[in-house]
Amino acid sequence: MTAVSLESVALSIGGRRILSDVTLAIEDGEFIGMLGPNGAGKTTLIRALLGLVPAIAGTIRVLDAPVRRGNPAVGYMPQLRQPIGDFRLSGRDFVVSAANGHCWGRLWPSRSDYRDTERALELVGAAELASRPLTETSGGERQRLLLAQALLGSPRLLLLDEPLISLDPRRQHAVIELVLRVQRELGIAVLFSAHELNPLLGTLDRVLYLGSGQATLGSVDEVITGPVLSRLYGSAIEVVRLNGRIFVMSDQYELERGEHLHDPAGRHHHA
Amino acid sequence: MTLPGAITMLSYGFVIDALAAGGIVAVVAGIVGFFLVMRGQTFAGHALSHVGFAGATGAVLIGVTPFWGLIALTLAAGLAMGLLGERVSGRDVAIGMVLSLSLGLGLLFLHFYTAFAAQATSLLFGNVFSVDRDTVLTLAVLGVACLAALALMARPLLFATLQPDLAEAKGVSLRLVSVLFMAIVAIAVAEAAQIVGVLLVFTLMVGPAAAAQRLTTRLSTGLLLTVLLGLGETWLGITLAYQTDWPSSFWIAALSGLVYFASLGPTRFSA
Repeated sequence: MTAVSLESVALSIGGRRILSDVTLAIEDGEFIGMLGPNGAGKTTLIRALLGLVPAIAGTIRVLDAPVRRGNPAVGYMPQLRQPIGDFRLSGRDFVVSAANGHCWGRLWPSRSDYRDTERALELVGAAELASRPLTETSGGERQRLLLAQALLGSPRLLLLDEPLISLDPRRQHAVIELVLRVQRELGIAVLFSAHELNPLLGTLDRVLYLGSGQATLGSVDEVITGPVLSRLYGSAIEVVRLNGRIFVMSDQYELERGEHLHDPAGRHHHA
Repeated sequence: MTLPGAITMLSYGFVIDALAAGGIVAVVAGIVGFFLVMRGQTFAGHALSHVGFAGATGAVLIGVTPFWGLIALTLAAGLAMGLLGERVSGRDVAIGMVLSLSLGLGLLFLHFYTAFAAQATSLLFGNVFSVDRDTVLTLAVLGVACLAALALMARPLLFATLQPDLAEAKGVSLRLVSVLFMAIVAIAVAEAAQIVGVLLVFTLMVGPAAAAQRLTTRLSTGLLLTVLLGLGETWLGITLAYQTDWPSSFWIAALSGLVYFASLGPTRFSA
């Protein structure tokens, strides 16, 4: 099975072209890291795979079927938002709100919704912390609850939008480990968008790099090279490898780290 | 109050009507307010009641019952706020301007119809003892309609409130949810204004719900607690007003504030 296949796809938002003529295929069970500068279209591509942004050209297929909104086989973890108000709602009630939460005419989650929630919480090791109020969890703990929400139902494809944002390196590592364990256990495909490559090195099967309206999918050695990235950034890029880490440099500036600092506290905007 | 005192109080028809009307509104405004607080739209609710003031005074000018003018204008404004979505309902300045413009208009309508000025106080601050049997019936019918509509949309509303990005991906129309909910809020606001007046709608819509959300981590417990607090504050407020001959709205506002600020105490220290 092919998890995602794009054929000559073009995406635009509000008249602004984001991606042009993208053709690629992500196989079932692959762990794909998605990278690229701010505004390169990482969130837009995820929203297109969710059926929220229509392709203006080309065909998008998800899990061997035309892309459609509300596909239960697609799990999605949006960027972390600060909880509003000061409701001390428990993590469990938060997670279960998404279990068939789109259904009208039901007052309360059903017994099977609660069962599914427990299964997902167990899967991410959050059964215990789910009893605590959401307002009293750390960023890393909240990411685990969001991941549990994404795993409700039985997704074959997980789309994770910047799960590492505003986490310290130790917590970033824990999130990656967790996603990898769940991915292996369920044998599903993962598209993991991130600002930095290094935390994901050794975990991802292939890397998808977006930039200048284009996308390149391949192994780290194929994609993270001076010529490929220079094309995607539209300027001269040098790739420096040091002790198993990779630094993407432009005129002595390290690009990815700089990008990361520009994003204020993980708020995202549907530009 | 002594037992014979209580029996005497309950032997008056206007007291029974006041308790019935207050009880209905406490339940409806409390439950609707619970979601309003969760969505962080309390200021929008507050502004709706001021729009209602212009509606009520305007209705008198053209010879219509104030209550229907009030409900017509809150409903229209609620639908508009829902349609404009986050662009307006999250903007304090825009809402504040609508609020003061409405009060200004209400004042102008009063100016043209000077004989009505005596009733302005009761519109602004409510007078639960002036409620008659017919009004109780109207409040009950509208209240049931409000709660029935809320029950039908409970799950998508909660989903869209807690996880808008995910809800949208799962097929929930955020705009539809927002419009329907603001229409329900508009009716609840109009009901609350009958008891405590347009200026004190917060005491019934926000006070009990905000206190309940501080005190529990469960959604179901929170809703139940909101209803109990709302009923307690309203009925005790009416009783104290009967005893002291002070305005009922003062007592309800005082109890609502007292409970809310008391609710901040215990968790602030343990958290």
